[in-house]
Amino acid sequence: MTRRSSFASPAPVHPNSGYSDFLVVENLVKAYPRPDGSSSVVLDGVNLTIGEDEYISIIGHSGCGKSTLLKIVAGLDSATSGSVRLEGREIRKPGSERMMVFQHYSLLPWLTVRENIRLAVDEVLKTATRAEKISIVNEHLSMVNLMAAADKYPDEISGGMKQRVGIARALATRPKVLLMDEPFGALDALTRGKLQRQVLDIWESHRQAVMMITHDVDEALYMSDRIVMMTNGPAATIGEILEVPFPHPRHIQELRERPEYYELRNHALNFLDHHFTQDD
Amino acid sequence: MAIQLNLAAIAVAVQAAWKKTKPLLIRETVLLPLAGFLGVLLLWWLIATFKSDLMPTPVEALVANLDYLLNPFYRRGPGDLGIGWLLIASLRRVLLGFSLGALVAIPAGFLIGMSRPAMLAINPLIQIFKPVSPLAWLPIALAIFNLADPSAIFVIFITSLWPTVINTALGVSSVSQDYLDVARVLEMPRWRQIFKIILPASLPYIFTGLRISLGIAWLVIVAVEMLTGGIGIGFFLWDEWNRLNLSSVFLAILVIGLTGLVLDYAMSRIQALVTHRSVSQSML
Repeated sequence: MTRRSSFASPAPVHPNSGYSDFLVVENLVKAYPRPDGSSSVVLDGVNLTIGEDEYISIIGHSGCGKSTLLKIVAGLDSATSGSVRLEGREIRKPGSERMMVFQHYSLLPWLTVRENIRLAVDEVLKTATRAEKISIVNEHLSMVNLMAAADKYPDEISGGMKQRVGIARALATRPKVLLMDEPFGALDALTRGKLQRQVLDIWESHRQAVMMITHDVDEALYMSDRIVMMTNGPAATIGEILEVPFPHPRHIQELRERPEYYELRNHALNFLDHHFTQDD
Repeated sequence: MAIQLNLAAIAVAVQAAWKKTKPLLIRETVLLPLAGFLGVLLLWWLIATFKSDLMPTPVEALVANLDYLLNPFYRRGPGDLGIGWLLIASLRRVLLGFSLGALVAIPAGFLIGMSRPAMLAINPLIQIFKPVSPLAWLPIALAIFNLADPSAIFVIFITSLWPTVINTALGVSSVSQDYLDVARVLEMPRWRQIFKIILPASLPYIFTGLRISLGIAWLVIVAVEMLTGGIGIGFFLWDEWNRLNLSSVFLAILVIGLTGLVLDYAMSRIQALVTHRSVSQSML
């Protein structure tokens, strides 16, 4: 089952997936103890290496432990065994070099858009001067086109705008790894497309390591360099890793015209369908 | 000419739009509440007309209270003050006791909400003392202070504790895990989390507690003053009853009710200012 995608070899290996050992997940196991003394295994032996400017997607059915994997990398949850290393250092607790974009935005409702981003900058960039902090906040506000809404409160703006704040907040702290937990999952289809484009624009101009969880095969194909496909839980693991050979910058219309796009898409969907029916 | 016609057309349209919305608004904000008041007045009038020895009619009550209403701030002797002064004396006791109560209750609520051992230690005390009528503390307060005024403030202090402690603890313990996760990925130290995340996130709960506390404190002060005497709206009410002056009792009830309404409204305004979020006006 863990064969590499056959699509990876003919396509030119694109220049950015330098497989340095930037972020390494090794033999990761996560299990929760049950009341009767046994344990329920959520993740069973996950191995994954991510390059320092690589965009990867993790896809799988609900309950396959992909959120748990992301939380362990973020340091919000701990592994039962195995390790996660960033630049050779073991990850045991949350840290600002791994910043999270939450599915439900997690903006603080008592702060304005600007203050939400400022809070993160204040906490992480402690050595910056006041003027530097103000300019970092403004720079990221304009990066996500939110200057006009900067002084509004989160309940006064739309879901798409909220997630843009979430992304700006995460990027403003200048993390080495951006972790996104279904960042577009709560948005309507039109807003989702626009925001995917915006995030891809930002990433294409400032490349960095991104781990994104998604349910959506098209989203994964459009945005990421590799797609990590998880088998179904319990005891989920990586079933297959799919290389997406399209060069950046990408355009969704151009992708849709390429036959490889549909081959990859069908392959991924077949994988997911197979694992879905197998489990039932 | 054409412009004039247009203006006239617009005026007609605007009037029509007003007619559609305005009657509804007036009906809901003026007519129906007025109907409620008129109904009660009518009932009072009927009872007073047929049982004139029991209570004065509304008009008789108004005439009898005219002096109080026109001169709320007179001083005619050491114990003979206008109703405005009495109200201020009662408000002073309530606000003092309530503020002291909040000063103790909010930190206590934080402690209970954040630490399980503290919760296990303090919760049984709250459960036992919460159902006790605050007036039951009056003898103990009098024994401690030997004076009416501090005793009344002490009773208000006790009264104000429980709702604020309970609501603060609830707010603190139910801060969304999402907000705490944000704080954790930002590597915020615990003490900064308290002020930057937990306090602002639980402010709506804290204010709910404070509003309930203030409401009960205002209920209790009237009863306390009836027992302790001295200057205040509660003792005024009891004193007027002893003089068989029922008209003034009606006046006192109305003043107490309106003041309670104003206190709650003021508290909701402060909440909206502090939390930057609109506050639902509770109807009851």
